[in-house]
Amino acid sequence: MIPANFDYESPRTLSEALELLASREDAKILAGGHSLLPAMKLRLAQPALLVDIGRIGGLSYVRESGEHIRIGAMTTHAEIASSKVLQRFSPLLPQAACQIGDMQVRNCGTIGGSLAQAHPAADYPAVVLALDAEIVVASRTGEREIPAREFFTGMFSTELHPHEIITEIRVPRTDDQGIAYKKHHHPASGYAVVGVAVRLKLSVGKIDTVAIGITGVGQNAYRATAVENALRGKPVAAIREATAHVAKNVEVLSDNYASSDYRQHLAAVLTRRALEQAAGGRAK
Amino acid sequence: MARNGKPRRAPRSNGKTNGHAKAAHWVGRKLKRKEDPRLIQGITHYTDDLKLPRMLYCTLVRSPYAHAEIRGIRTDAARAVSGVAGVFTAEDTASLGMVPCAIQMPDLKVPKHPVLATDRVRYVGEPVAAVVADDLYAARDAAELVEVDYEPLPVVTDMQKALSNDTPYVHDEFRSNKAFTHTLKNGDIAAAFKKADRVVKQRMLNQRLAPIAMETRAVLAEYLPGEHRLTVWSSTQIPHLLRTQVSVMLGLPETAVRVIAPEVGGGFGSKLNVYAEEGLIPWLAMKLGRPVKWSETRRENFTATIHGRDTINDVELALKKDGTVLGLRVRILADLGAYHQLLTPLIPQLTALMLAGCYKFPAIDIEIQGVFTNKMSTDAYRGAGRPEATYIVERIMDIAAHELGMDSAQFRLKNFPQPKEFPFTTITGLTYDSAKYQESLKRALQLAGYDTLRRRQKNGWKQGKYYGVGVSTYVEICAIGPSAATPAGGWESGTVRVEPTGKVTVLTGASPHGQGQETTFAQLIADELGIDPEDVSVVHGDTMAVPYGIGTFGSRATAVGGTAAYLATQKLKAKMATLAAHLLGSTPGDITIGRGHLTAKRNKKSISFGELVMAAYTARNIPPGFEPGMEATHFFEPSNFTFPFGAHIASVEVDAETGEVKVDKYVAVDDCGNVINPLLVDGQIQGGIAQGIGQAMWEELIYNEEGQLVTGSLMEYALPKAHFLPEFTLDRTVTPSPVNPMGVKGVGEAGTIASTPCMVNAVCDALSPLGIRHIEMPLKPERVWRAIIQVQAAPKEPEPAIVPALAAAAARKPAQKTARRRV
Ligand SMILES: Cc1cc2nc3c(=O)[nH]c(=O)nc-3n(C[C@H](O)[C@H](O)[C@H](O)COP(=O)(O)OP(=O)(O)OC[C@H]3O[C@@H](n4cnc5c(N)ncnc54)[C@H](O)[C@@H]3O)c2cc1C
Repeated sequence: MIPANFDYESPRTLSEALELLASREDAKILAGGHSLLPAMKLRLAQPALLVDIGRIGGLSYVRESGEHIRIGAMTTHAEIASSKVLQRFSPLLPQAACQIGDMQVRNCGTIGGSLAQAHPAADYPAVVLALDAEIVVASRTGEREIPAREFFTGMFSTELHPHEIITEIRVPRTDDQGIAYKKHHHPASGYAVVGVAVRLKLSVGKIDTVAIGITGVGQNAYRATAVENALRGKPVAAIREATAHVAKNVEVLSDNYASSDYRQHLAAVLTRRALEQAAGGRAK
Repeated sequence: MARNGKPRRAPRSNGKTNGHAKAAHWVGRKLKRKEDPRLIQGITHYTDDLKLPRMLYCTLVRSPYAHAEIRGIRTDAARAVSGVAGVFTAEDTASLGMVPCAIQMPDLKVPKHPVLATDRVRYVGEPVAAVVADDLYAARDAAELVEVDYEPLPVVTDMQKALSNDTPYVHDEFRSNKAFTHTLKNGDIAAAFKKADRVVKQRMLNQRLAPIAMETRAVLAEYLPGEHRLTVWSSTQIPHLLRTQVSVMLGLPETAVRVIAPEVGGGFGSKLNVYAEEGLIPWLAMKLGRPVKWSETRRENFTATIHGRDTINDVELALKKDGTVLGLRVRILADLGAYHQLLTPLIPQLTALMLAGCYKFPAIDIEIQGVFTNKMSTDAYRGAGRPEATYIVERIMDIAAHELGMDSAQFRLKNFPQPKEFPFTTITGLTYDSAKYQESLKRALQLAGYDTLRRRQKNGWKQGKYYGVGVSTYVEICAIGPSAATPAGGWESGTVRVEPTGKVTVLTGASPHGQGQETTFAQLIADELGIDPEDVSVVHGDTMAVPYGIGTFGSRATAVGGTAAYLATQKLKAKMATLAAHLLGSTPGDITIGRGHLTAKRNKKSISFGELVMAAYTARNIPPGFEPGMEATHFFEPSNFTFPFGAHIASVEVDAETGEVKVDKYVAVDDCGNVINPLLVDGQIQGGIAQGIGQAMWEELIYNEEGQLVTGSLMEYALPKAHFLPEFTLDRTVTPSPVNPMGVKGVGEAGTIASTPCMVNAVCDALSPLGIRHIEMPLKPERVWRAIIQVQAAPKEPEPAIVPALAAAAARKPAQKTARRRV
């Protein structure tokens, strides 16, 4: 459990961090370190330079701004779980955050780090997808916003360029909708064997808005559009049948704990349960 | 919490001590552990915390292959790394002795087991080279540069394939992968099966587990040539046995070797062993003339520290229709791994001994084959053979109860020996010391609200809810053991020394690794000497301070080691009485000891404990022939094992849609004889239950066909976590053991032994209306789900949906089998 040699810098400003990141080919951002450091200890990752963004002020916050809540990239899982603002206006994120790993992980791990890592079984990806969040990234040349639906491109891979830093996540207010996050925890790692985030709005007994983010099932988190399409404009009774399409066009993961058959079955069950819970809430 | 266990006098259990001996007895009190403050504050020392001047760090290059020929090893690049003191391979260590196996059996195949692999590697993780450097960073960097030229060979990981004709051999020289066959037969088994109304058969697997002590292994060694003294610090359960083995491996006089076990952070049997590193690191320290330390990483701990269990069991139970058991036939394949560690071949034999469980079997027929495979060795893991036995017996009893349509608790009660039958000789030849199986089971049923649970279960089935109630009653073999029945001595040593100032030092050979002997032995000795446990300090784990001893394992420390200390104290008390009689003008028989004083009953004169002890040391006024000083040693050889027992009940709910299992209640009534410290007994039971449920529900070491360990990290290997489990309801019955004067039995493994079958029984019970009879461990949701969908897909027999077992018993037709599946 001894990492290879590396250099370490802890800049105080974002622009310094961006310069450092661009200065070396194999430089890497260090946020909460709860994905990167374990990989380094096993020498699975051997970056030559670590750019610790933990000392840059102003990257950790949760703020209400109009129709959106803005979350700083360095906000920890524990801060998200306990954020009053999010609990009130967009409670899906805290509902998932409090189910991540264990207390130590939640106290160190950050939302920016989790999204950048794009672990196929991480919780946030399902949530930001279901919320149609925007991921704000900065580089030396400026800033851009990436819609969550375009962000995840594969296992551990994202739209992020090597020299970009995630600075903020913007999620919509959902106080007029029902939400639910259902997760089957891996008993060892705590990651999601299947995680389902849903957002739903009923209008005169019919499903009006529905968004379903699924993690743990495919190479990367995805929107279960086939289920969403089968539900839009339909009554709640249609949920059971619709969830059969939860892994449509997805190559379902398989491991020692859960085969692809079982994962897919679990995804359908949890999606149904999540939708039923969301529909049973204040959405009505 | 209600307790049946009555201490000898009502305890004032505030745990407060204030220097003065109280009238109340210390034994039976819930004293907090003396060990805890230093452990909780992190101000004590495990082996890895120790740093010596000029110390070097060792890292090992281990085989990535399960089976391969070593064509060559190139170490130049590694040697060239700055800070590297040396790189060593088997060529260098040829003079070192083999990793020892203590077990002797007729026809046992014992392979050569070198400290570093010579021409072949036989499991993933086998050490191949040692890199030693000024710091761990240099050592790790250099280790990556050691080039080993491997020629991969065919791998065998499946025991049944390993015994087939067309198989690679793990050790070519044996021309077979069978290491031994062990049989145990008694009673007329043929007759039992002939007169049986019913034979219940089941294959059941006991999966491979990792012991996972919190502290991984670590070894530090220093050699001082002037003094000709090698000191080895090791995270071990057996410092003295290790000293003997290290001296043999290194060819040193045993007097030149000192072994110290500093704080040891758990072992669960995995440190009841002698490992390659325990020979290699001292050798390196001698070779390099500098102290050398090696600490295992968690990944190494998974691949290169012994594993537990791993058996395939074919079980047949012969029964009368009224539920009387007639005979048990068991065929076991035990996966030994590639080499024998210290006790590897012994563990399955313990299983054989315990296969009678707590029942009156008139006949038994056991055959066990030990099998070599390309895996890490199996050896003692918490329970060591007894959990395997209890799993077999308690599962087959439960399956039988279901098949007969009998209540599983009633069925067990029917087959227990009666209390008056003790000491009870089992069909496997053991003599159970004392027990009241009926009492513990009835108490557990009552605490669990058994009838209510059964009612909820029946109602649940009607609503598609699957509640299950699991019962398991167990007996275990503890206080290991009479020397005749153990490989390396089953006695224990105890020395009690009253220092001139009246403080007491107890030396015990039963070196603990988390059990709390510093507290319990102090309670025990304090009572005997009429002083405060604060004034008793228990020393262990240093072969230079403590007389030879055996160690802590097999739930033996208190029953054997505690008894040794207790008997040494009796010798000391006799000596004190002699001196007191002399000083008080009385006779030894007239002296009483208590409340910090020795008193002559007749003339009412008394002397304080401190004054008497000082008189023994100043020795100016002692009786003729009286040896000065105040110290006594006893080596206690037990006449028998002890046999703790108990009854556990689990209540679960199975989500039939996902296969997830929720444990909603767990009741344990255990009997470990007299209790010295209820807090510590409860702690052992709680941890044991969690660990046993861990096996039932989550834990499994999986080797794939290439012999790679695919669940070799804590991100894949699921240990039970506190929030997975409900709060346990614990209670006790107290049946003192006649085997030792304290009436204690042992409690270190009980929870683990009982809880595994209890959980599986509960889950299978929940799903019994679906026609599910057995599901293999661990009961992962997918396994449970597959069992359910399989029976749902199978053609159904016309039978009532709710209690098929009852219906089956009424009809007693074997055709029912089709609807029952093993998964
Ligand atoms: C025991 C354990 C259990 C866990 N269980 C779960 C779980 O149940 N669910 C779950 O979702 N996760 C889980 N995790 C992962 C955890 O949530 C991590 O904290 C998270 O994945 C990474 O966040 P971090 O801040 O620690 O990032 P780091 O480890 O510091 O970085 C991760 C990667 O992201 C990059 N990076 C970090 N921040 C930025 C940024 N702002 N911009 C661009 N790139 C960046 C880094 O360069 C690195 O490549 C677990 C981790 C552990 C150790």
